[in-house]
Amino acid sequence: MEKKETSGRATRELERDDASESARGASAVDSTRAGDALRMKPYDSAKVDARVRVNKAYKMFVGGAFVRSESGRYFQVKGAPREADLGTEADADVDADPDTVNVPRGSRKDVRDAVLAAKTAWTGWAKRTAYNRGQILYRLAEVMESRRPELTKSLVRGGETLTAATSQVDASIDRVVFYAGFADKFFALLASSNPVAGPHFNFSVPEPMGTIGVIAPDRPALLGLVSTVLPVIAGGNTCVALAGERDPRTSVVWSECIATSDMPAGVVNILTGHAKELAIHFAKHREVAGMDAWMVDPDLRKAVESEGADSVKRVTTHVPMDADAWADERKAQGLGWIERFLETKTIWHPLGL
Amino acid sequence: MVASHAVSTLEHRSDIGETDEVLESDDLAGPPPQEQPLFKAGAPRRGGVGSMYALFAPPAVDAVALEERAASLGKRSLKGETKLAGLRLAIAMMDLTTLEGKDTPGKVSQLCQKARTPLSNDPSVGPCAAICVYPNHVVTAKARLAGSTVKVASVATAFPSGQSPLDIKLADTRRAVDFGADEIDMVIDRGAMLVGDFSKVFDEIAATKEACGPAHLKVILETGELGSYDVIRKASELAIAAGADFIKTSTGKIQPAATPPVTLLMLEVIRDHYYASGRRIGMKPAGGVRTAKQALHYLVLVKETLGDAWLTPDLFRFGASALLNDVLMQLEKQRTGNYQAADDFSKD
Repeated sequence: MEKKETSGRATRELERDDASESARGASAVDSTRAGDALRMKPYDSAKVDARVRVNKAYKMFVGGAFVRSESGRYFQVKGAPREADLGTEADADVDADPDTVNVPRGSRKDVRDAVLAAKTAWTGWAKRTAYNRGQILYRLAEVMESRRPELTKSLVRGGETLTAATSQVDASIDRVVFYAGFADKFFALLASSNPVAGPHFNFSVPEPMGTIGVIAPDRPALLGLVSTVLPVIAGGNTCVALAGERDPRTSVVWSECIATSDMPAGVVNILTGHAKELAIHFAKHREVAGMDAWMVDPDLRKAVESEGADSVKRVTTHVPMDADAWADERKAQGLGWIERFLETKTIWHPLGL
Repeated sequence: MVASHAVSTLEHRSDIGETDEVLESDDLAGPPPQEQPLFKAGAPRRGGVGSMYALFAPPAVDAVALEERAASLGKRSLKGETKLAGLRLAIAMMDLTTLEGKDTPGKVSQLCQKARTPLSNDPSVGPCAAICVYPNHVVTAKARLAGSTVKVASVATAFPSGQSPLDIKLADTRRAVDFGADEIDMVIDRGAMLVGDFSKVFDEIAATKEACGPAHLKVILETGELGSYDVIRKASELAIAAGADFIKTSTGKIQPAATPPVTLLMLEVIRDHYYASGRRIGMKPAGGVRTAKQALHYLVLVKETLGDAWLTPDLFRFGASALLNDVLMQLEKQRTGNYQAADDFSKD
């Protein structure tokens, strides 16, 4: 109230100045006077203490850096009512997010840039020892554990209940640990020494395919993304993922976990935007070796399959599972998930050499 | 912007009276202006190889303006037909290069094949301007390119360092020409340039030019080792005065290699020389040009600095190896609408 009055006075003073000075047309003098008027405002300690929160600019994660869309486009994501289900009053106060946030709306060229980043990163990632890949994935789990409150809060803002959000974050971290452990074990389980009729050894060994595109399911925002991305990279592929569009903010928070873990730049790239617009560009890009697309729209699934066939991609499309299934360890994780994006190489080697 | 930078680099040149007036005209392709003295009156004469010294006090380069102008010209967006025409021109201007210790006749043959028909499914693309190899591979390349328009360029003069006695450098050059090289890419002695022994640099270039006989001479300045724009400008003028047909930025063995500001600067020297003498010198950025987008950027620099007359393989070349595949990928992208995979294009 008091502030209003003060600024009102300032305005009146400004107007008076305007009137007297405008005859001479000296606008520079006007603004100097106006500055004086504002500076004379009495110090209001209450207002100064209520500091302006610093809002986060939500960005996509490409090549280890947080980027806006090259197109400059955004789409709005509305948050759930703030007070609902949040732990304490203090927690709610800490949240700086406005009710609606702008999230980058990725474009065809963002897909191109991300695929290039992933392709560049692939050589190094595939060359690392499986054990080292496991260590890096475990490090990701550590960082996610330390960021549990942030991930939980983001899911709640995306419309989950606190209970559901907490268990989703726990399940996601456990899933990362699962694939961290599997990184140096799947090889022994999938490779084989085959019996052949002749003086040869015959081995089949799994190899990563390259850059894999993932269209993550809309729900669950975190667990769905983690469950689709982790098996791809655990196998030695790199990944460009399009986060679900219902709650893309959580994918950005998760990107921050990746960025602060030991993951080399470009191994995981996360775009935000509309699957309806972008999925087809994943499918058409010849550098993308495989696709894992979780999409409701049957026409879109079909379009992705036929475009992907043109470059002989390994395309798997799915109707998204329900939330319970994603949480189910028998359905949403396992060796088969890693195997989907591995190529089997069979080698014949003469005996006795 | 053009005029302001040009004037700023030329303002110390009061001895070239009509330069400013000439700069007003945009059309470089027209008849050359009246003959202007290229060299300062009273510059000492040298006996033997060189005839005269170049102007050894070239104007100071305005680094900020140069970089800003090079960057602003890089922001042009070329689309559709223009982009296609630019990409095809870039291929026609390419000196496909392999300069490695591990080069074999097999690799050189493969590169020659690629220079003749860069895109196997579209014979209308290409051929490239030349292939650039070490002297030992000139004979192979010449045989593989017989009957095509692709030239054979050979590096010579103790490439890449240039740190050998002159007689060895000249023998190197003569041998490469004897093998059949159409073009010689020589390196200057950067050490001599940096200690200020300009007469040595000048004489070596002039002697090499003589040794080249009918072959075209490209002079590599190795701008990444010259330290400043002023030295690069001085070296460019020196090379042109000593008889270079082309000036070239780099060997590709040193970083930084070709950059847009350095290329723009050398193009400006070429322009100034054209105004002064009416002679057209060629330009070859080499090393560091990897993407189709960069190549188009360089073409914009040429177009804006020298005009259409230089947009030909006779006067502008790219020295590159990785660039060709990126340009081919872009051409295929324009044709099919899909982004391409690097693995679908042959490495050599």
